[in-house]
Amino acid sequence: MSNRKIRVLVAKPGLDGHDRGAKVIARALRDAGMEVIYTGLRQTPEMIAAAALQEDVDAVGVSILSGAHNTLCPRIVQLLREKGMNECLVLVGGIVPQEDVPKLKEQGIAEIFLPGTSTEDIVKFLRENVKPRE
Amino acid sequence: MPETKEHSSAAEEAVERWENETLKPALNKKPERKSNFQTISLEEVDRLYSPADVEQIDFDSDTSFPGEFPYTRGIHPTGYRGKLWTMRQFAGFSTPEETNKRFKYLMEQGQTGLSVAYDLPTLMGYDADSTLSEGEVGKCGVAVSSLSDMEVLFDGIPLEQVTVSQTINAPASVLLAMYLVVAEKQGADWQKISGTLQNDILKEYIAQKEWIYPIRPAMKLVVDTFEFCTDRVPRYNPVSVSGYHIREAGSTAAQELAFTLRDGIEYVAWGVEAGLDVDRFVPRMSFFFNAHNDFFEEIAKYRAARRIWAREMKSRFGSNYERTLQLRFHTQTAGVSLTVQQPLNNIVRVAIQALAGVLGGTQSLHTDAYDEALALPTDKAALIALRTQQIIAEETGVVNTIDPLGGSYYLESLTEKMEQEALEYFRKIDAMGGMVAAIEKGFPQREIQDSAYHYQKAVERGDQVIVGVNKYTMTDEPSEFPILVIDESVRQHQLERLEATRAKRDQGAVSNTLDKLKLAAQKNENTMPATIDAVGAYATLGEICGALRDVYGIYEEPAF
Repeated sequence: MSNRKIRVLVAKPGLDGHDRGAKVIARALRDAGMEVIYTGLRQTPEMIAAAALQEDVDAVGVSILSGAHNTLCPRIVQLLREKGMNECLVLVGGIVPQEDVPKLKEQGIAEIFLPGTSTEDIVKFLRENVKPRE
Repeated sequence: MPETKEHSSAAEEAVERWENETLKPALNKKPERKSNFQTISLEEVDRLYSPADVEQIDFDSDTSFPGEFPYTRGIHPTGYRGKLWTMRQFAGFSTPEETNKRFKYLMEQGQTGLSVAYDLPTLMGYDADSTLSEGEVGKCGVAVSSLSDMEVLFDGIPLEQVTVSQTINAPASVLLAMYLVVAEKQGADWQKISGTLQNDILKEYIAQKEWIYPIRPAMKLVVDTFEFCTDRVPRYNPVSVSGYHIREAGSTAAQELAFTLRDGIEYVAWGVEAGLDVDRFVPRMSFFFNAHNDFFEEIAKYRAARRIWAREMKSRFGSNYERTLQLRFHTQTAGVSLTVQQPLNNIVRVAIQALAGVLGGTQSLHTDAYDEALALPTDKAALIALRTQQIIAEETGVVNTIDPLGGSYYLESLTEKMEQEALEYFRKIDAMGGMVAAIEKGFPQREIQDSAYHYQKAVERGDQVIVGVNKYTMTDEPSEFPILVIDESVRQHQLERLEATRAKRDQGAVSNTLDKLKLAAQKNENTMPATIDAVGAYATLGEICGALRDVYGIYEEPAF
């Protein structure tokens, strides 16, 4: 086991500015001892993938409430894989209709957290699923 | 015989007697369910409110009569006996054609005013064909990129008769210009048209975050609309100072009240600074509040809002004009309170929240649809939301008497407490140099983030119960639920419309009007006349906002 803290990029893609969820999650992950980088608003998938690589994160948490998830989220996964970040988990939180969940998972999203999720469940998911590094 | 107030009053002694003789034995037999009881804003609530809690409140100067200063009990002497609130359901999705159909449907069902929801590209000042608009066209509202879209949106809707509220902020002056040009083409008289532009840019930096330009030029654009409307469209409300989004972002009720009213004071101060007469433009300012779950806290908030506004307009700006002192407001039920789990429960939440808005004396009301935690509302859900208002108005009897809860020990005491909390925030913000300066320091933003986090923790501890989410949950809930789906064909449709608009317009007129707009912005002149000319030449929203971006630059948010 390494002592490296789990590093997470909290990202807000698209034009939406509703950042309550992103900021609550960022703070909860920090309180749980993780290192959190918040991208700020209106990031393109390209900007998010570049930030993930630069910050060498274990996971990207994408907060999205606008309905643009099917367009933006798979693109983020694809760009991360192109950059060789094969282990980097992509989690999505926000307003995602139930029927879109399997499609997003097929496209490489590790988990989708719907409204009402406890921040503790997200912490637990990251601890269980981030692969320890050397 | 009245006692002197040296130690405790007769009313306080009476409470003490009750506590000793009646309460204590009962508590000894059986303790209460929990050690403390809190509102949804995590404010402690006392066991009982009695005359002792309202001794400091003077009926004549603090509460008074409806239609009289400080308007705690309402601005109209006849309350809802004279006129019911306007039932104004926020609607907008997909193409202008689709939204136009929904508007007509809602009006056929008895809705009395319209309210437009725009999609995210429109809110951010981008056209449908911008790469930044990918995946977002028509999703959260209707897509409007140029005057051609606006013409379709209001086709067959007489703008001289119907009042329309537009939820648009950073590019508000452009959408106002489009609206006025469409009205003119319909033959409507600008002196007669009424309606509301949200145009509240301060709460964008504080809470909703749909900004374009830096704060100070953005405030200048707001003042331009005040100035223009005061002269040319005198019955139009050019701003709706909004607490709704502040609350949705996680503030407490008292923070919503304080930041919203302080934003309002900031607009008045900027208008006065620009040379406007308080009693000409402030009467056309309106407000917009949230209606959340904590019933009494919400009603107290609305009552306190009226009282504070009347007092502040008098003390800060020296107004004695009734219409300047009277705070008018729209209410929307709390979107954030709706749950994805067991969504039909949302009908009940919305009904109770709407009732709080009505008991607080709102001038207009939007009730959320039960499926809005999942998507934009379906026709069926939108209809139930409207019917909820009609049931409150026609069946419950709460409209028969004015401010029916006035005089409640709890409510009056809470109204007073709300006012004091707001004034405490005013002192802090004034000391920072006003709201623009406070936002630049990140003050209201941090206060709201802290409240949002504490609330989330209270939910996770189970201190705050959300039925169906952290209590009374169901594992075998049916997941099949029809929702409104906006597909990508909407974007294609809008791209074609935009292409057609660009092809048939006079390109020379477009560049010419855009140059004039830039010049007006550079010379610090009122930008409204040049904006109207650009819109009339079919310059697109993206082109007009782009011209202003060139002059003003864009806003950068302080680091989190």
